[in-house]
Amino acid sequence: MKSAVITFPGSNCDRDMHVALNKFGFKNKMVWHNDNELPKSDLIVLPGGFSYGDYLRCGSMASKSKIMQSVINFAKSGGLVMGICNGFQILVESGLVPGILLRNKYLEFICKNVFVKIDNKDNPYFKNLDKEVFELHIAHNEGNYFCTNDQLKEIQDNNQVAIYYCNDNGKTEEKFNPNGSLKNIAGIFNKEKNVLGMMPHPERMIDKSLSGEDGSLFFKNLINNIK
Amino acid sequence: MKVNEQIAIDHGLKKEEYKKICDLLKRVPNLTELGIFSAMWNEHCSYKSSRLHLKKLPTSGKKVIQGPGENAGVIDIEDGDAIVFKIESHNHPSFIEPYQGAATGVGGIMRDVFTMGARPIANLNSIHFGSSQHKKTKNLLRGVVHGIGGYGNCMGVPTIAGQTSFDSSYNGNILVNAMTLGLVKKNKIFYSKAAGLNKPVIYVGSKTGRDGIHGASMASASFDEKIEEKKPTVQVGDPFTEKLLLEACLELMAGDSIIAIQDMGAAGLTSSSIEMASKGNLGIELNLNKVPCRESKMTPYEIMLSESQERMLIVLENGKEDLAKKIFDKWDLDFAVIGKTTNSKNIELFYDEKQVASIPINTLVENSPMYDRKWKKTKLPKKNLIKKEEFKKFKIKEVLNKILSNPNVCSKEWIWQQYDHTVMGDTIQKPGGDSGVVRVHGTDKAVAATVDSSAIYCWAHPLTGGKQVVCESWRNLISVGATPIAITNCLNFGSPEKEENMGEFVECVQGIGEACEYLKFPVVSGNVSFYNQTKEIGIKPTPSIGGVGLIKDYKQMITMDFKEIDNLVLIIGKTEGHLDQSLFARNILNEKNGPPPEINLFNEKNNGETVLQLIKDNLVRSAHDVSIGGIITAVSKMCIKGNKGIEFNKPKYFMSDTEYLFSEDQGRYVIEIEPKNLKKVESILNKNSVHFDEFGKITDKNMIINGKTKVTIDELKSYNTNWLSNYMN
Repeated sequence: MKSAVITFPGSNCDRDMHVALNKFGFKNKMVWHNDNELPKSDLIVLPGGFSYGDYLRCGSMASKSKIMQSVINFAKSGGLVMGICNGFQILVESGLVPGILLRNKYLEFICKNVFVKIDNKDNPYFKNLDKEVFELHIAHNEGNYFCTNDQLKEIQDNNQVAIYYCNDNGKTEEKFNPNGSLKNIAGIFNKEKNVLGMMPHPERMIDKSLSGEDGSLFFKNLINNIK
Repeated sequence: MKVNEQIAIDHGLKKEEYKKICDLLKRVPNLTELGIFSAMWNEHCSYKSSRLHLKKLPTSGKKVIQGPGENAGVIDIEDGDAIVFKIESHNHPSFIEPYQGAATGVGGIMRDVFTMGARPIANLNSIHFGSSQHKKTKNLLRGVVHGIGGYGNCMGVPTIAGQTSFDSSYNGNILVNAMTLGLVKKNKIFYSKAAGLNKPVIYVGSKTGRDGIHGASMASASFDEKIEEKKPTVQVGDPFTEKLLLEACLELMAGDSIIAIQDMGAAGLTSSSIEMASKGNLGIELNLNKVPCRESKMTPYEIMLSESQERMLIVLENGKEDLAKKIFDKWDLDFAVIGKTTNSKNIELFYDEKQVASIPINTLVENSPMYDRKWKKTKLPKKNLIKKEEFKKFKIKEVLNKILSNPNVCSKEWIWQQYDHTVMGDTIQKPGGDSGVVRVHGTDKAVAATVDSSAIYCWAHPLTGGKQVVCESWRNLISVGATPIAITNCLNFGSPEKEENMGEFVECVQGIGEACEYLKFPVVSGNVSFYNQTKEIGIKPTPSIGGVGLIKDYKQMITMDFKEIDNLVLIIGKTEGHLDQSLFARNILNEKNGPPPEINLFNEKNNGETVLQLIKDNLVRSAHDVSIGGIITAVSKMCIKGNKGIEFNKPKYFMSDTEYLFSEDQGRYVIEIEPKNLKKVESILNKNSVHFDEFGKITDKNMIINGKTKVTIDELKSYNTNWLSNYMN
């Protein structure tokens, strides 16, 4: 399976994602933001980091990069596009997924493990996973998901919420919400479920010496689903 | 403007220094030249009060590739890999403008490391604030933490460990010391020594603005009530540009175009150009019209003294300009050929086709002032005689609550949760342990790093305190299973012009030197920050020691959390009941006098090496050194982290429970072992003549002291975890 990770000026989880994808069997290529064309890929990843220093608004300048037109076309034709953290911010800024990401409720960067609950497995990312609650890692300043009431209704009607913040038992109460995001939303899909944006970093949880191994389960499952 | 003595004094120079400049030049300098002298001769850049004493530190060893004198120190970690590391202060700017001061401190130290060709792989910091009751403390702490996070997080370098303390002596002068470790191949290290004539001198990175002019001079003076007016001397950081600069520099360094490279840190273009030329015994010629400027009509004086951040100066091989420019264009960074190396041995500056300065480089470097300042020796204070009956009135549980929630002991999670400590995917020990540990990417090796200081001990007796900090660093590395290799030091003191402060400096340095020598733990880089002083009041002497060690197989790394019920807990090292200068004496008894705990370097080395052997023999399940707060504090933290309890009894010594549990004798560790290994462990300890106490047994949830006092894990947690977050919110 082939994947491609886009490097924007200021991306800093691009290498980590490259390492993770290769570890679980993808043949990954790094793509420069100023390129016009994507290599032939089964999965495109917009990695975490601080593209353009998070200046103006997180993800906004990167969403206008040259390569993004190709990414948008790829997504519109049904290709799998995943945005992690800053990648999620770029996805919302480019309109590939609905909503926006505000500053964390307590106005502080948060780096810690959280639990997330997978709500909907009827999609290429989570299909066949045999558990619902995952321990993943977050590291962000702007992960506070927000959208209008109309958008929220549409998102919920279409089953577009990918993951919710929860506790280790899968309870999605406000007290398990690290950043104030609406309805504890930690990640969402586009309507067609081929585009996934999420704040947690599965690539930081890929061996037992790191913060945990639930990221490994995610990547192993993902490549099997794509095959 | 014609230069005279008063203008020189306004630049922070002394009368005699101005006279020396005129003598060396055989004429009166112009304003630009005077600015250059003031930048090169201030304390921050010239080390004029400290050089004499720093020379006495041990700086070489089998593993040392580069000692002090370069942008950072370099040590060998085998297999062709090397670690580049250094700690640096950004104290003065952080007090004036906490966010930018701390942020640019972090940016500056990372630049020092990647200038040498190394990719930064870990950041650490040591930050010290005034009393928690002081009105400025909360805002300063918040600003500094945001600044450190703001810069490091954006760069994508994990912040893996640190130290935070509160003491009223920092009320008017906080300390912000930032440390970075970088990874490089041994044969791809870059240095700042220029070589060859007519080689192009390249300016890359951000444009030059009017920020930070005289920053280094500001950092070489005491504070007074008008300190807020100095805000314009604080630089403004742009971590995004630095990230681009890092990637662009590493891309250029992969080839063979660079002869010498130097970042523009303190004293900006002035010190970077002069250092490269000086080390190469060359001259340098710069055309200041070519320097990319952010603002129009900047004068030569401003261009030379600006401390705008994220800039580098490079001496290139001839003919490599186009190749280099292409890389910097790709990363959207400024690139300009601004001069060349010459054989004149002068720095010659041109502006609008006129020569605006010409100074022999040796007058700025080798002929810079060096002072043998007067200093006063500190006597070892007399021991306090605390009456045994005194201890009876304390309930252990109440004292433990006070100690675990003390600002200098409590959990600092509120701080480190704001730092990205997991980016780069190799952090295997997070902040909150004895050392932070990162794997060497793609290998089985890991590097451990810690930063420590003990201002109270240094203040009570600088010689002992200096030794103690080095030993604490050594212990923190051993506690995670790392073999200590070398240190970097950041020496924070008051005014060297006061005999007491200078004495503290001289004796702390002597203590550091003695311990480093004995432990074979050399100093490879460092920085001195004097004038941490507001009017007449200086800070407690605060040398910060950054230690680095190697773990050959990262799977052998040790953490401090108790692992398994029924395992045994041993105390390694002898407990003598030394309470003077302990947290217990100072905060519970309110007794601030007396000597700090004694350092016995033989025991320190022997105990440490034996613990390391036990770890390498896979006999240790968890370990933690005993430091402030004594045995019970160390054990409590191991319970909290492991979510386990412990049952223990004070061994039958002729001392009270209080003395045994809260004393701060040195050279001690707590280790957890499996019962089946007890015999084996005992025999190794006995063979090496290491004193140990069989202390207790791990249980599921309560701490039971001497069969009578019970403290639940939840109580321990609430004592330890809430203070800082409650204070800040």
